[in-house]
Amino acid sequence: MKTFSATEFAIRYGFLLLMAGLILVFSILKPAFMSPQSAVFILQSVAITGILALGVTATLVVDGFDLSIGAVATSSLMLSAYVMVIWEMGAVAAVVLCLAMGAVVGLINGLLIVKMKVPDLLATLGMMFLLVGLQRIPTEGNSISTGMVLSDGTNATGSFSESFLMLGRHRIDFILPDLVPLSVVFLILIAVLVWGFLELTRHGRVMYAIGSNAQAARLAGINVAGYRVLAYMISGVLASVGGILLSARLGRGDVASGNNLLLDAVAAALIGFAVLGAAKPNAFGTAIGALFVGILLQGLTMLNAPYYTQDFIKGAVLVVALVFTFALSGRAGRGRG
Amino acid sequence: MTRQAITIRGLTKAFGRNAVLRGVDLDLPAGQVTVLMGANGAGKSTLVKVLCGVHRADAGQVLLDDKPFAPEGPAQALRSGVVTVHQNINDGVVPGLDVASNLLLDSLAEGGGLFLNARRMREDARRIAAAVGLEVDVTRPVAGLPLADRQLVAIARAMAHKPRLLILDEPTSSLSNAEAQRLFTLIDRLRADGVAILYISHRMSDIRRLADRIISMRDGQVSGIFDRAPLDYSGAVRAMLGHEITEVDITIPPPGPVMLQATGLQLKPEARPFDLALRANEVVAITGLVGSGKSALASVLFGLEAPVSGNLTLNGTPYRPANPAQAVAAGVFLAAKDRLINAVIPAFDIQSNLSLPFTKNHSGPLGLIRRATERAAATRSIQAMGVVCQGPRDGILTLSGGNQQKVVVGRWMAEASRLLILDEPFQGVDIQARRDIGRRIRDSATNRATLVLCAEVDEALEVADRILVMSEHTLVGDHRNEAIDLGRLMAQVAGTVDDRMDVPA
Repeated sequence: MKTFSATEFAIRYGFLLLMAGLILVFSILKPAFMSPQSAVFILQSVAITGILALGVTATLVVDGFDLSIGAVATSSLMLSAYVMVIWEMGAVAAVVLCLAMGAVVGLINGLLIVKMKVPDLLATLGMMFLLVGLQRIPTEGNSISTGMVLSDGTNATGSFSESFLMLGRHRIDFILPDLVPLSVVFLILIAVLVWGFLELTRHGRVMYAIGSNAQAARLAGINVAGYRVLAYMISGVLASVGGILLSARLGRGDVASGNNLLLDAVAAALIGFAVLGAAKPNAFGTAIGALFVGILLQGLTMLNAPYYTQDFIKGAVLVVALVFTFALSGRAGRGRG
Repeated sequence: MTRQAITIRGLTKAFGRNAVLRGVDLDLPAGQVTVLMGANGAGKSTLVKVLCGVHRADAGQVLLDDKPFAPEGPAQALRSGVVTVHQNINDGVVPGLDVASNLLLDSLAEGGGLFLNARRMREDARRIAAAVGLEVDVTRPVAGLPLADRQLVAIARAMAHKPRLLILDEPTSSLSNAEAQRLFTLIDRLRADGVAILYISHRMSDIRRLADRIISMRDGQVSGIFDRAPLDYSGAVRAMLGHEITEVDITIPPPGPVMLQATGLQLKPEARPFDLALRANEVVAITGLVGSGKSALASVLFGLEAPVSGNLTLNGTPYRPANPAQAVAAGVFLAAKDRLINAVIPAFDIQSNLSLPFTKNHSGPLGLIRRATERAAATRSIQAMGVVCQGPRDGILTLSGGNQQKVVVGRWMAEASRLLILDEPFQGVDIQARRDIGRRIRDSATNRATLVLCAEVDEALEVADRILVMSEHTLVGDHRNEAIDLGRLMAQVAGTVDDRMDVPA
């Protein structure tokens, strides 16, 4: 085996060591931090962000970017509420329609980028605005809940189905009774699936090739446009899953929620570059990145740090992670240049 | 004796350990067009970049009108009267601005008043445009102009500096015939005004029209100066391509059945159609200058572009690929030139770079990659190609250029093909790697047709059973690689002799 220099060691394991250190410090200062409840709370707090971040990771892998994920998630939130409360349909219809919406938005994003040649940031930014506006039109800007007054003066009679709410609120017995929320199970399941897809299948391999040198990938006979569209569809579908879970947790179609989803998810995916010195988008790193932010915020909250410092701390972590990735290893610069 | 505008003595320039200019001596007389010829990597672009202030020379002297000339940067070179029109025309213009602003860009950049006087700007711009015969509305944005007009804008802009030396790098590569004629007229006028012109091109028709002298470059040195009329065009091509007696013995095996048959293939609307038959167990090299149509042929065969007209059959059945994926599926592989742009996946290791086109063959249910078979295939390729490395998991960028080239060529030899096209497979590799790659190409050629495209005649002589010559997007020569008449071959490369002139179109 090769011997690692100190820098290489820092690049590879620095971020994981930092996370272990954080856990240790928080546990010493607040012994309650090490409890299963606390661990589950952290996971639950990052579940939705993490799922969105895994979607962004898929687009980052093909050297793209999806700014519309936050808007897709909130659209999915509003759509699920609309389907159940106004159209009075069931949980299955709500979930299926939301997933289909996510897939269609991803498809449109992908086609705008590969067929219309709109730069990825601009196409998804436009889609973001479009969705943010669109999701408010059917309800004239109001939040959706049972009994709300409709435009024709009647009250909405539908309600969130119990089985739909379970997605966000049900807890599974694990070590302790009623411990693990379903959303955490979804996060872990999706993380494993995305990781397996990107790292173990030929499709993931080809997507990384496109991200590294799209021209060479095309000349190797790869359907570059098709895989690009696929990446945006994955991103759209995962964002809509995030929206479904958010909707099931809130139990109402709240127009004001989900403001932070985009930035948090992007931060998690970018922090993921630093994990294990990958210097590239990767599912494992993204999951760790989301977890890292969750641990930090939970620990600081338990230490009574004021809520308004949260964004500052997330930003600081992101900057440190990016320094890890780009300045120390210098690999990404070469790889993407 | 004409006055020298530029005198260059002992100019050297190295990038790292790679010596690009190795003592260039060159005179550029005022009022003459000096054509500079050289294959890729001969050092032409570096020489130009030293002259126009982008790079600084390591050693040597440049005199401009007998005064030392060592510009700090492109702006200073321009002010001193050395004007360069780059091949990539958008380097010379700002597409988003209107013509007037582009023409006056340098005076704008130099400062002056805070506000612009639009009317005076337009008048100045019209005057400058008229001087080069550019007839456009100066308020139009440059982005909306045809390429030729954009180029004239770049030249017109340069003319405001009263140039002593005008450098034109492949200026006609994207111009139509009429547009090129307009450029030539302008060059004639500048020549009459006493401007020294350095014209870089591979187009023999341009060269015949313009050249007062030809300088050939090879391996970072001037390898030939031709300034006595009539100019010796074949000699210039030979000096640029060079040919040493090759040590490789080619035994030509009996060719197998026809794999690819092209009939009436036309690569460009103005090019003459040609036929081409490629057989199994035969290595065919196509040589020709840069831009002679070799890569265009590869693009057609690999489904990157459709031909203007003509039919292809592969193994007896009609073949018209719409994209590379279809070509690969039909068994036509292309190892593209310019590996860092077209072939290397920088983020991948050797193994993944090798298996890239054939991940399907190395994966099981759900598309899961079978690492063991992938690794075994990679190890076989590494051995067959003689890639020098620690193991298949080394990053591709840790390898030397020659070994990277072996990987991206070896990628296409790992699976059986009907037709393997190798575009400049020896690009940027040392002599050892070149021999290794050439031997591997020949050793594996039994069951496929093999087409090697190379500008260097030496390389063709080392690898091929049969050498075809391309010029002006058509085939002009066909030589069995036995006691070849090199003079005739060079003349065909230069476009002065055409074996197939009588072949009906």
